[in-house]
Amino acid sequence: MSFLTLKDVSFQYPNGFKAVNQVNMSFERGEAVAIIGQNGAGKTTTVKMMNGLQKPTEGDVLVDGWNTKDYTTAQISRKVGYVFQNPDDQIFHNDVYSEIEFGPKNLGLSPEQVEENVMKSAELAGVVPFLKENPYNLPYSMRKFVTIASVIAMNSSVIILDEPTAGQDLKALERLSNLIKTLNDEGKTVITITHDIEFVVHHFERVIVMANQQVIADANKREIFWDFDILEKAMLKQPHISRLSNSLKIDGDILEITELTERLKRKTAKV
Amino acid sequence: MSMITIKNLSYQYPIVETDVLHDINISIEKGEFYAVIGSNGAGKTTFCNVIRGFIPHFYKGDLRGEILIEGKDIRDWELGDLSQKIGYVFQNPFTQISGVKETVFEEIAFGLENLGLEVEIIKEKVENVLKMLEIEYLQEKNPFELSGGQKQRVALASIIVMEPDILVIDEPTSQLDPQGTEEVFKIIELMKNKGKTIILVEHKMELIAEYADRIILMQDGKVVKQGLTKDILSDEDTLQYGSALPQYALFGIEMRNQNMDLGSIPLTEKQSISVVQQWMKKEGLA
Repeated sequence: MSFLTLKDVSFQYPNGFKAVNQVNMSFERGEAVAIIGQNGAGKTTTVKMMNGLQKPTEGDVLVDGWNTKDYTTAQISRKVGYVFQNPDDQIFHNDVYSEIEFGPKNLGLSPEQVEENVMKSAELAGVVPFLKENPYNLPYSMRKFVTIASVIAMNSSVIILDEPTAGQDLKALERLSNLIKTLNDEGKTVITITHDIEFVVHHFERVIVMANQQVIADANKREIFWDFDILEKAMLKQPHISRLSNSLKIDGDILEITELTERLKRKTAKV
Repeated sequence: MSMITIKNLSYQYPIVETDVLHDINISIEKGEFYAVIGSNGAGKTTFCNVIRGFIPHFYKGDLRGEILIEGKDIRDWELGDLSQKIGYVFQNPFTQISGVKETVFEEIAFGLENLGLEVEIIKEKVENVLKMLEIEYLQEKNPFELSGGQKQRVALASIIVMEPDILVIDEPTSQLDPQGTEEVFKIIELMKNKGKTIILVEHKMELIAEYADRIILMQDGKVVKQGLTKDILSDEDTLQYGSALPQYALFGIEMRNQNMDLGSIPLTEKQSISVVQQWMKKEGLA
């Protein structure tokens, strides 16, 4: 059985609004998965059900054999960590070190183990130079990395990143992709919500597309970004280089620059 | 006369020992669309805060050099007059929305009410903006019930309705999906077509390439490059300063590196299609 499974899951607010409608997903250990779709498609509510912040009103969420209905959010968060979309929803300490330390300390680890977890995750997230600073003196983009470090420090098997790419520059995006890769190599599952299609193209294989509170596709990125029906339903466009290849009628379901230049090179070789 | 002239501008926040802006020289011309780009921490938002007069009127610190808005030094402007001349749209729409109004219509009217305009004139102006931004369907909603994308558009509307000559917009699309992002850029273009001067902080290079006239590239508090969009974003050297380039420019550069020079570096999809088709013809591929 998969490590994390959502079975016919719905979430309905007391006012009757269904934020998630009959969703099925499953994730294995060590996977990197991107979830994309419009604002309001149901992405955040779906992932909040994975770590028990929300409990499904229909269906079941199973984490490593646990049904989230039978456990508290604190218990589930040892297995599934969630980094909020807005870092300010999460930060409550006066210095970065204490902020990162809070989670592992509460797990009841030895002081040495806590320190090791804090330093390792701070390094991965690139926040070591700021450990003594007040998180609110750091820019938004860096505060986001502080919250990522504090979730990684919990050493959970699954880590969910909610729009980590928002407002990030080139270097930060590189740091983010290295971080995801390192976590995957350690056997951890990383689920990332993002609007940055180019980031998905460069760093993920499996992509889940949500639209109107449902999953409309769950496949390899190449299948997704060349399925015009799915893209239209999700109000998404192809990645830039795919669009260009499509306009130039160059086949091969191209996603990246080097694929396109390779194709063009092969064409010139034939002439 | 330039709309804004900046000479030898340096700035230090209170308490801090080092300059966050160093020796900036720039002139902003009327009706042009400027994109301010560069890595996080380069000083982009601080630069915007100087232009809109928040520095020195609100934040203290040590401001040196000359900043002229329509020829008048920023220190001599009243902040109230300046805020009618320059509209500022926050990075985070939650910061912008007043929280004291119950409908989107009232929210957008809020600034005009404070100017003491006649009710009929306010109504007319708000209705025009609602129509222009295609958000009439939101007018009766509570601003806090809106989605992130809708909020970002209402925040823009509440500034546009004031009809400032200069719009300073700080990362308006950071939380938006691709379609919402495109809509915001269309609104900004509409403003440019009305003769407004636009200063936009943004990371999305493909859209900047499509819409902006000129680029201001910042790094470590300095303006390291400024000039026409087509020059700055087609230059591989720009990458060295921590900025990205549009995918289309990177494609053009890769073609050149692979000995398949397209003749020029394209910045947009349209330009790419055209230069590749010409190149294919020349190579006997089409």
